Amino acid sequence: MDFSLSEEQDLLAASLRRFLAAECPVTRVRELVAERPGHDGGTWKSLCELGVAGLLVPEEHGGSGLGMLDAAVAAESLAWGVAPGPFLGSAVMAPIALRAAGSAEQQARWLPRLATGQCRFAVAANELVSRRDGAGVALRDGCLHGLALMVIDGIDADHLLVPVDEGRSLARIDARGAGVTSTPLRTIDRTRGFAEVRLDGAPVDEWIGEPGGASAACNRMLDAARVALAADTLGASERALELAVAYSLERRQFNRVIGSFQAVKHLCAEMVAELEPARSLVWYAAHAFDAVPEEASRMALHAKAHLSEIGPFIVRTATEVHGGIGFTDEQNLHYWFKRVGVNRQLLGSPEALREQAARLQGWIA
Amino acid sequence: MDLSYGSEYAAFREQVRAFLREQGGRAPKGPAGVATGKASQALLEWQKLLIEHGYAARSIPKAYGGHGGDADILKRVIIDEEFNAAGVSRGVGGQGPEMLVPTLLEHGSEAQKQRWIGPTIRGEVVWCQGYSEPGAGSDLANVQTRAVEDGSDFLISGQKIWTTTAHLSQMMFGLFRTEPGAGKHGGLSYLLIPMDTPGIEVRPLATMTGEAEFNEVFFDRARVPQANAVGRRGEGWKIANTTLFHERNMLASTAVLDGGLRSLVKLMQRESSSGVRAIESPVLCDRLLRLEGRVLAMKYHGMRMLTARLAGKSPGVAALVTKLAGCELSHQLNGLALDAMGELGALYEGSPHERDHGRWQSQYMFTLGLIIGGGTAQIQKNIISERGLGLPREPKPQA
Repeated sequence: MDFSLSEEQDLLAASLRRFLAAECPVTRVRELVAERPGHDGGTWKSLCELGVAGLLVPEEHGGSGLGMLDAAVAAESLAWGVAPGPFLGSAVMAPIALRAAGSAEQQARWLPRLATGQCRFAVAANELVSRRDGAGVALRDGCLHGLALMVIDGIDADHLLVPVDEGRSLARIDARGAGVTSTPLRTIDRTRGFAEVRLDGAPVDEWIGEPGGASAACNRMLDAARVALAADTLGASERALELAVAYSLERRQFNRVIGSFQAVKHLCAEMVAELEPARSLVWYAAHAFDAVPEEASRMALHAKAHLSEIGPFIVRTATEVHGGIGFTDEQNLHYWFKRVGVNRQLLGSPEALREQAARLQGWIA
Repeated sequence: MDLSYGSEYAAFREQVRAFLREQGGRAPKGPAGVATGKASQALLEWQKLLIEHGYAARSIPKAYGGHGGDADILKRVIIDEEFNAAGVSRGVGGQGPEMLVPTLLEHGSEAQKQRWIGPTIRGEVVWCQGYSEPGAGSDLANVQTRAVEDGSDFLISGQKIWTTTAHLSQMMFGLFRTEPGAGKHGGLSYLLIPMDTPGIEVRPLATMTGEAEFNEVFFDRARVPQANAVGRRGEGWKIANTTLFHERNMLASTAVLDGGLRSLVKLMQRESSSGVRAIESPVLCDRLLRLEGRVLAMKYHGMRMLTARLAGKSPGVAALVTKLAGCELSHQLNGLALDAMGELGALYEGSPHERDHGRWQSQYMFTLGLIIGGGTAQIQKNIISERGLGLPREPKPQA
């Protein structure tokens, strides 16, 4: 029995953090994303060279053939550094969907390119979870019509994965092809790019798997995305706590460092008391994704919902520990606050996820 | 990450199951888990059988009356899991077996081990813990009850409070001030005291649950041999601290949380109001699921801490949060049960229409006691921030 990260996983976390601290600190992130949301200015290419994009790609397709726990460790570290880049769409959702539903030929074509970062996949998954008025994509005469909101990594994408017919079919289309109009959206978090995509008769380039047979793949893709988002919130919260503790040891008021006041210490302790059990939950959800299939969906729902509750608590408390300076643009703490804030809204609110978990257990109809 | 137990453990689990199938019927009736307080004849006999088979006092040497088996933590976890699943009593528990015995094994003299460990693990001698005093709560080292040298004895005078099971105990272990000039922490000794010593008076202290779980214990020149000190004089603080950490984890068992959640789900499926089952109320159901997420987090957190212990590693700050987070969660589980019962959640004391023998109200209040006892939530936050995060202590007030 071993409920811990392996040496390799610890090493992955350490090397990613070292790389981000040296090559892409928050001051650099700030410059990059000022140009447009999610703009990584070559950071993603370097991360791909470190193997980040190929974690979930099997070895025969040029990846490292690792599991969701490795991807979660990477997601956590990337959020620790508020790294820009299409990790969620191109390194988690697309590889999982292709592995679950793609033909051998499709896997051989796309997985190597994803692993090396040669192409970027955006995912129009929002309508699987929540269809706003006026949104939704339908298939007519072999072409896609409609509107997809909050398309993940939708800025700078080469390809789009579009679930159709409530996820029973999964289309790949050229993100810059005929009938596709992509408009960047602006969220509070500029480190990742979201778009709305209007489809006016966009031809389907290919179906991933058989049309009508993609439901299981779409569910796997959502489970994976939710675990990755929970891990992202974990990493961002962890960094916010580190920054708050460091600041509390530096800032002096009433002739003492503020970290010596119980009022401040207790805020820090409350953050730890939420963070550490949540870390254990994220690890287990990631482990279950690969090793305990009957628990995978329930754990993904719970991990995403729980981290969406404690993450915002931690980043706001870290901001309060900083006092007025934490509220300023200049301090940069808000990059983590905003990352966590957007994660909470994506792919199901905590309430919606918990309702689904209750249904999954047969507690409600 | 590998959550399988391995073939050696699968065989061990089978062995435990076979024992429960064949012998489980001999266990005293009542809830699973350990029993505290005065043991019935049935419990004493059951405990004897458990020790023989290594399901109690497993790693305690034979010479002291234990089973003399290996100290394998995983096997202990398996025993816990299987006994809990079967709903069978784990035998004798409480502060004697769980806190005094480990302390004696680590710090006691050979004579003390011979004298006390056997009767304690067999359930023949019940112990209470004499730590807290009216002026020594969160500031535990401020113990003022004196043990004054008188020939080869100590004469003890003062008062203890919050003393669980003192009214049922034959013995007390506790902290007493033996070296008045030696400073706050260095002046304490860890003494073993027979409760029938003349000069000791026990007064039950009813709590808000209505039960007399606690006592006040008064000492007026109670005479105890100096040989009853465990370890050296003046080292009581250090000795007591080695077991306080175990108490904190005992107070927030993740198995208890898991069981509590399952009972809560059953209650919410059973209780209905105006034809709607509690679990079908969107608001109550959402609260239940929030708590389920937290119970799962604590469950896997427990496995993470267990792994660290197996590897002999310190899990760092992560280990310090268990008591704070676990006790709060327990309180909230019981609180939701009350709300799921609506107006019937107010019933108590065996009232008509009371559910589950008042268990939820009683536990709701009792768990508030757990949040306070064994180091209050606020003291836990000091420990987490000081020992875990390296934040400085509050400066001493200027006198």
